[in-house]
Amino acid sequence: MAGVDGEKKPVLEMVQADGADEGCVTFVLHEEDHTLGNSLRYMVMKNLDVDFCGYSITHPSESKINFRIQTRGAVPAVEPLRRGLTELTDLCQHVLNTFEKRVSEFRSQCEEAE
Amino acid sequence: IYCGAYDVKDNIAKMAATMSNVDEIRNRVILGEFNVKNVHTTDYPGNYPGYDDTWSLQKFQKNFRIDVVQMDETCMEFDMVGIDASIANAFRRILLAEVPTMAVEKVFIYNNTSIIQDEVLAQRLGLIPIKADPRLFEYRNAGDEEGTEIDTIQLQLKIKCTRNHQATKDSADPQELYLNHMVYSKDMTWVPIGNQADVLADANIGPVHGDILLAKLRPGQELDIVMHCVKGIGQDHAKFSPVATASYRLLPEITLMKTVEGEKAERLKRCFSPGVIELENHGGKVVAKVMNSRLDTCSREVLRHDDLKNAVKLARVRDHFIFSVESTGILPPDVLVSEAIKVLMAKCQRFLSELDSSEME
Repeated sequence: MAGVDGEKKPVLEMVQADGADEGCVTFVLHEEDHTLGNSLRYMVMKNLDVDFCGYSITHPSESKINFRIQTRGAVPAVEPLRRGLTELTDLCQHVLNTFEKRVSEFRSQCEEAE
Repeated sequence: IYCGAYDVKDNIAKMAATMSNVDEIRNRVILGEFNVKNVHTTDYPGNYPGYDDTWSLQKFQKNFRIDVVQMDETCMEFDMVGIDASIANAFRRILLAEVPTMAVEKVFIYNNTSIIQDEVLAQRLGLIPIKADPRLFEYRNAGDEEGTEIDTIQLQLKIKCTRNHQATKDSADPQELYLNHMVYSKDMTWVPIGNQADVLADANIGPVHGDILLAKLRPGQELDIVMHCVKGIGQDHAKFSPVATASYRLLPEITLMKTVEGEKAERLKRCFSPGVIELENHGGKVVAKVMNSRLDTCSREVLRHDDLKNAVKLARVRDHFIFSVESTGILPPDVLVSEAIKVLMAKCQRFLSELDSSEME
């Protein structure tokens, strides 16, 4: 990436074999582990365009994951990744809203009972 | 795909009563005598003909629900239904290791004449939960040794043990003989820095529990310590973990395949946790009935008895998670769960903005 000073630590890298099309990419996500890896893998697998999706932790002492996406058709691999991230965000938002609503309902239910 | 450990005739006969094989593989984890079957999530698009498994937020919102079973200031039990194991596990992992709290990081020991070594005392001080809302503070910048009012809480522990001159002559009880001979966490006092005295005036900053024993002293020994608390996450050091523990289990499901009566019913009842199986009276005979499979701890004891093991089917519902969150007291458990969900959202946002910024170049 041009214009970035040497001190900055990478957050996300893309590794692509020469000659492969845009649909088969391995993303290297830094400072991540099974927490985001497994949940993101699930969301990306739920996408129809994705042929293969998997992640691995290269070495337990290094906190980075190799996240591989292979797509069907001519879809660039960045697209299911982006969609998986947005869908995971929407899922979390819905879980948060439902949880907070139910907690306040439970609280008011307890107060009524007293 | 066929999970072939069952007697085929039994399966065909029971097909009308129980769910079909495919639904069972999709929705249940089967607990067998020597193994556990159907563990992995298989409902990805293309795996099952006739099922549309593509992600749909509307379908998820329709099936998803949360039920709070029990909640008080420290402990909370709630059910999350309709979500996949990978997401539930992500929440559990974040609750343990990535929700930030404040804890003692730097201990400046000006005087320690007790028999507890400096480093041992410092380690004990680090593990004390500090009641300060971490959302009001920021992380300390790397390399910053001093600390500012926005990222540091200063606490002080200054205590000296003396002889009690009012004690009776031949008393042997240290409680009577010495003053301040037990150092508790309530002896830690907050020293506001900068504008903290105004901003955090009504926040009672200090240890959550005042009765944690830190050291024992004898007359002449004293402690003069200043502590700096910073914001951190459990991944860095377990002292920053905000939960005593956070765990989940899947909802057990027990189905009786045959009627069990008489003495067998009594034995069947004893194979499960109390309250799971109840005995009913049907025309003079005692018949076993499943009352509440949620209470079961899934010990699979019933599968050790040859005459009972074919009468019961043990399974777990794959998408029903019973969460139990116990907080250390820094934040209430419902706030912890909300913060954990926000942490996962922030992780996704971080990569989304990274993708967007690299796209712009």
